[in-house]
Amino acid sequence: MSGDCAADIADMANFFEDNEDLRFLFEHIDLRAIAAAVEDDFQGAAQRGESYGPLDADDAVDSYQRVLTIVGDVAANGIAPRATDIDSQGHALNDDGTVALNEGVRKNLQALAQADLMGFTLPRRYGGLQCPNVVYTMATEIISRADASLMNLFGLQGIGETINAYADDALKDEYLPRFCDGEVTGAMALTEPDAGSDLQSVGLRAWQDDDGQWRLNGVKRFITNGCGDVILTLARSEPEIKDGRGLSLFLVDRGPRLKVRHLEEKLGIHGSPTCELVYDDVPGKLVGERQLGLIRYVMSLMNGARLGIAAQSLGIAEAAYRSARVYAHTRRQFGGPIERLPAVAEMVTEMKVAVEASRALVYETSRVCDLEFNNQRVLETNPPKDKDDLKRRKGDARVYKRLNGMLTPMSKYWASEMCVRVANDALQVLGGSGYMTDYPVERYLRDARITTIYEGTSQLQVVAAVRGVCGGAFERHVESFEQHEYFDPADGPRLNELKSRLVEGKAKVLESIAFVKQRGVEYMDLHGRRLVDSAITVLVGHLLLQQAAGNERKRIVAKRFIDSGLATLDRDLAVLCSGDTSAITDYETLAGPVPSMS
Amino acid sequence: MPYHCVVCIKQVPDTSNVTVDAMKEDGTVNRAALPAVFNPDDLHALEAAVALRDQYDGTVTALTMGPLGAAEALRECLYRGANRAILINDRRAAGSDTLATSYILSQAIRKIGQYDLVFCGRQAIDGDTAQVGPQLAEKLGIPQVTYFERFVEVSDRTVRVRRNVGNGWEILEAKLPLLITALDTANEPRPSAARRMMQYKRARTVAEVERDVAASLPDAGAEERDIAQANVIEKLKRRGLLIEQWGIDEIDADLQWCGVAGSPTKVHRVQSIVLTKEGFKGIEPTEEGVRGLIQELIVDHTLD
Repeated sequence: MSGDCAADIADMANFFEDNEDLRFLFEHIDLRAIAAAVEDDFQGAAQRGESYGPLDADDAVDSYQRVLTIVGDVAANGIAPRATDIDSQGHALNDDGTVALNEGVRKNLQALAQADLMGFTLPRRYGGLQCPNVVYTMATEIISRADASLMNLFGLQGIGETINAYADDALKDEYLPRFCDGEVTGAMALTEPDAGSDLQSVGLRAWQDDDGQWRLNGVKRFITNGCGDVILTLARSEPEIKDGRGLSLFLVDRGPRLKVRHLEEKLGIHGSPTCELVYDDVPGKLVGERQLGLIRYVMSLMNGARLGIAAQSLGIAEAAYRSARVYAHTRRQFGGPIERLPAVAEMVTEMKVAVEASRALVYETSRVCDLEFNNQRVLETNPPKDKDDLKRRKGDARVYKRLNGMLTPMSKYWASEMCVRVANDALQVLGGSGYMTDYPVERYLRDARITTIYEGTSQLQVVAAVRGVCGGAFERHVESFEQHEYFDPADGPRLNELKSRLVEGKAKVLESIAFVKQRGVEYMDLHGRRLVDSAITVLVGHLLLQQAAGNERKRIVAKRFIDSGLATLDRDLAVLCSGDTSAITDYETLAGPVPSMS
Repeated sequence: MPYHCVVCIKQVPDTSNVTVDAMKEDGTVNRAALPAVFNPDDLHALEAAVALRDQYDGTVTALTMGPLGAAEALRECLYRGANRAILINDRRAAGSDTLATSYILSQAIRKIGQYDLVFCGRQAIDGDTAQVGPQLAEKLGIPQVTYFERFVEVSDRTVRVRRNVGNGWEILEAKLPLLITALDTANEPRPSAARRMMQYKRARTVAEVERDVAASLPDAGAEERDIAQANVIEKLKRRGLLIEQWGIDEIDADLQWCGVAGSPTKVHRVQSIVLTKEGFKGIEPTEEGVRGLIQELIVDHTLD
């Protein structure tokens, strides 16, 4: 089947088709292998009478491409034109504790539902598209480029995924078809006034009444789409257990006993309603088993959500870069376009390389996520009879889990920091015009700013990632890249030369890991960011080299990234190996006295 | 009550990219030189029909006359909610102007039989005539409302429709069956639905099946090919994936009203007009300045 699909509409913009790098990655990533994993090697979809299941790998990948073309159409022609109004209008809180969603947001949700995009990864059995995470992540990026705040609603599909992974069949049958049809939207209610980054201290109480019905009582804060229909709520079902093991996950329907008390006024993502929720003995349904709420279910939900924020960051950065690129080309000063000024050229190229580098890391992560999910699914639902096969899959499961435990926080941290930087530089390229609301770039910067904060701050991502870097996951993954030889006589020698520099870079990271380990955990966390940045430089360097095989432009991108990345690596690791602990030991002196705030 | 709707759509050359090769020697459009796209207004006609069907139940049948490649536009209709798709394809229909086209479409709609509403886009971007819809209503002998914006009221066999009259709107009441031509301000067309796309991307016309089978069995004899084709067609039909394909004979059309023979319109010339800016003129923001401007606009008939 050919790809001459929905490109049929006259003269229409499309945020997938116009994105050369995203289309490049679509071809570069081995989606056929991922499709085979998702579809259990295409045994039976057609036999089960599923009217829209794929016949084989080519058919599946063809559908993925068409789905992304639909996403690109909705994003460019439906969502993007409404973004400015949504940003300036926001939502309204009604007196009865409900929220009047912005009209533009309602239209966006309607379009996403009409396009069948709200059950993106859920099984076809429930009406989902059963797409891999890689494709979902691409869709998230495309939507975020059109309106970053809509991603917070589109990206809440993790709610349905969590129900699918952990709830019993009755709950799945009741709720998942409604998610897939876009009839309901969800929220995950974790944060409380006194439980932010530290979710172990969640206090919202869950108790059982005389009929055995669970009831929830308490307050949740900063809840994205807390005004949605289905709220997954983390609550303390075991009051005698004070830590995370006393927490369970409950599904709560919107109703009169659940009120929105407050809508937050925010710097950015105005299209995403952020609610304070008051639970007044609200009836809830237990998801999965008691006590696993935080330690198992929410942890897995958060990992998916973090990848979603990484994709959102890519989308915002892409939008910002595009504005800057066009402006630098069309704005004339000193007798020519400002892109001829070296300082502007430096900013624009830096932005583009940064976006492509982050994209390489994020989609590598989502690829590994797909491998992990599907391996896990097979182990849980249909474990191989063959002993060796079973052993191999169990071994794979451990490797993937450790690798994702490092790659996911790396992606979230690195892409979000990149996005803030790129949005900031884009505004700088536009100068005074960028600071005004006439251009969307100031919105991109405001929207970007949350990405390094929510779903775990950059600092917490580094804490998680540095443990992966020091725990062996980095070394093993890089070694698998180092196996890759570049044979092509046209570009092989140059790529191998770049690769050998990355091998040196890895050796320096390993030395630093050894140094850090001698100094202890506090020292590791003090210099964690330097170590994680350096490890990412080596990993992404390899990913860009693989993209560069047979692609001259990508080779230049890889070279630029590796040249400047390794210089930064040298500097960071020099500081790390200096043994400096002054931020801790001389804190009072360096930070100065606590100022009076009156 | 359910409403059975027919939507006439057209695949058109993308006139946003017109080049010097746009017209052939004989004055007809050179389709090879321009990419084929879904006529924009027709998307709004389709949306109006699908939304009506979703609210009141019924069916939406997408109908087009065109070359075999027009099947792609019909698949697009299926992705966007149509229940059924029909392609009118016949070599003898080639070269039809609006008169012949509306005659052929009217014969096809007669063959469809039961219908309550026929929707067309206001006009197609290739000819911009806006004639086919109105002519079709005449040939079917049913009332028409052009420049449709929305239904104000739908009750049983009577509808009230708001239509745009350029400097305002009017509300008309009409009995069914009725023909409507839709404006692009009528609605926001829904996107293709991913699940329908995954299903209907496999929908094929008979001609496409013949082409695919010929390509996959290059060395087969005629008989073997016929058997293979019949198998594929049967399978598609069973799964609701066969796009019906009718010729002039199937719709009982009189050949003298079809194609070039039935088309009195002759294209004299196609011009590529490039609008150029010829300087500008400052107008003072005073009573006098504005009065002068209005006077000037009246003189050159921009204002009447």
